[in-house]
Amino acid sequence: MGASTFHQTTTTSLTMDFINQHIQEIYFVLFCVFIGIEVIANVPAILHTPLMSGANAISGVILVGAIIVMLRVPGDDYLNLTFGGIAVFLGTLNISGGFFVTGRMLKMFSQKK
Amino acid sequence: MYAIIEVGYLLATLSFLGGLKFMSSPKSAKTGNLIAAFGMVLAVVLTFVAAVTATVPYTNLIIMLLAIAVGTIIGKRLSDKVEMTGMPQLVSLFNATGGGCAMLLGLVEANQMDVSTAILGNKILLIAGLITGAIALTGSIIAERKLAGKVKDRRSKIVIFSARILLALMVLLPTLYFFGIIPMDFTVFMYVLATLAMVYGVLFVLPIGGADMPVVISLLNSITGIATAFAGFVYSNKAMIAGGIFVGAAGILLTLLMCKAMNRSLLKVLAGTFKKSKNGTVEVEQDIKEISISETALSLSFAQKVAIVPGYGLAVAQAQHICGQLQQLLEKRNVEVDYIIHPVAGRMPGHMNVLLAEANVDYSRLKEMDEGNENMEQYDTVLVLGANDVVNPAAENNPDSPVYGMPIIRVYESKQVIVIKRSMNKGYAGVQNDLFGLDNCSILFGDAKASLQEIVNQLKLI
Repeated sequence: MGASTFHQTTTTSLTMDFINQHIQEIYFVLFCVFIGIEVIANVPAILHTPLMSGANAISGVILVGAIIVMLRVPGDDYLNLTFGGIAVFLGTLNISGGFFVTGRMLKMFSQKK
Repeated sequence: MYAIIEVGYLLATLSFLGGLKFMSSPKSAKTGNLIAAFGMVLAVVLTFVAAVTATVPYTNLIIMLLAIAVGTIIGKRLSDKVEMTGMPQLVSLFNATGGGCAMLLGLVEANQMDVSTAILGNKILLIAGLITGAIALTGSIIAERKLAGKVKDRRSKIVIFSARILLALMVLLPTLYFFGIIPMDFTVFMYVLATLAMVYGVLFVLPIGGADMPVVISLLNSITGIATAFAGFVYSNKAMIAGGIFVGAAGILLTLLMCKAMNRSLLKVLAGTFKKSKNGTVEVEQDIKEISISETALSLSFAQKVAIVPGYGLAVAQAQHICGQLQQLLEKRNVEVDYIIHPVAGRMPGHMNVLLAEANVDYSRLKEMDEGNENMEQYDTVLVLGANDVVNPAAENNPDSPVYGMPIIRVYESKQVIVIKRSMNKGYAGVQNDLFGLDNCSILFGDAKASLQEIVNQLKLI
């Protein structure tokens, strides 16, 4: 009983610490949600497919995280190097494929006179 | 140096937002895509420059540069080769790669992090990123397989039940873990969660019907975005957080839009259930008027305004190019041709627009459902191609119909409707279409592509 109460209080204080440390990011997230919805709601239905593939490419920004973690892995930790390498590959594929295919689609939406 | 990098991330974030903003018109969208791509390259290069120090082993650098080079080339090749009809599959596949990246990132980070000093919040975020990433990975792969017609729907009770158990476990296990009830190494625990989440991803998509795929792809897209945002939180990287959230928002908006256009709740789509017709198989005798190819060609050539309502059947038959030819022929005769496109025409949001754009249709001719409905009375002839449920008036006036409440293209308000159909088979919802019995509706029996070709041939002769 005593142990679990202790655990609970530390958990609560850790959560408080986390909120204190990240309060800026929390504000940032809230603003992003609203701005994102406002901007995206303005995209016409005709462009929804390019919107989706373009957004998909943007989610490839996860590659930034993969690069950060990859540079921290010790040079002889082959398991993590493999995982990290695959992560970097997948992230790049997401970005490159996403932007190229969006560009290809958008090229077709031209006005013929 | 630090300030430069922060400014770089700021520019990247702005470029994502700008890129999405420019998507609000087909004219500026190309520029928008370039801006967002530029921001992405900037973010990646800056990360690289900032994180590389003399202590980073060469092995890491070589693996990484190789992975980036191969990834870029394969991405370019896949995007060059894809057919426009295969776009939903490719987008799902790219979505899977994003999810996979997020999942692996979580695993490697868990291996690297000093578990004893890491704060709880970061562990939770890591777990959240790992789970969402893994679900997006396998879910998107199954969605891709389903769209390619390689995997069938499995709507058995066991699949749905196991999926629910797994979902509960993914919330329960981390909670128990952080209360110290599960004595397990954090790294090992992450592997367990990744496995569970990957299995969940499979079971989550399996029961969902093929026609509901537009909803699922949008949803999975937003899940990847959320995974990215979680990872961004772990690294306090604002470009990642913003990018992830924009994608999450886009995905959720499209998901809800698709659900609304099909008049189905998200929960029902996810459970793979369908609304049953209340009065079973009661059917009304319909007075069907047939029309011939030459009559159709005549009626089109004497019209002033023609609208074409395309459905996915058109794309399946690869008939969008002949459709484009038909339009050009009619325009030479000073007939105005518009396309009225229902939001769920196609296998992903906006898919039909891309297919028609590929067939050289001017985008100003592509009308959204609401705009088409407003001007419906002006159309002399409306040609319905491979669409069925989305033009069924029962959706508006028969509360007993399973399609009741679904927004439709009100073609029945036009002067004349011609439906090209192979047979009197029912549409996806399995309901009789009240449109066919109306006075101003005639049916041209035949394959969409072959019939269009013949109409085009006849028009050339007239």
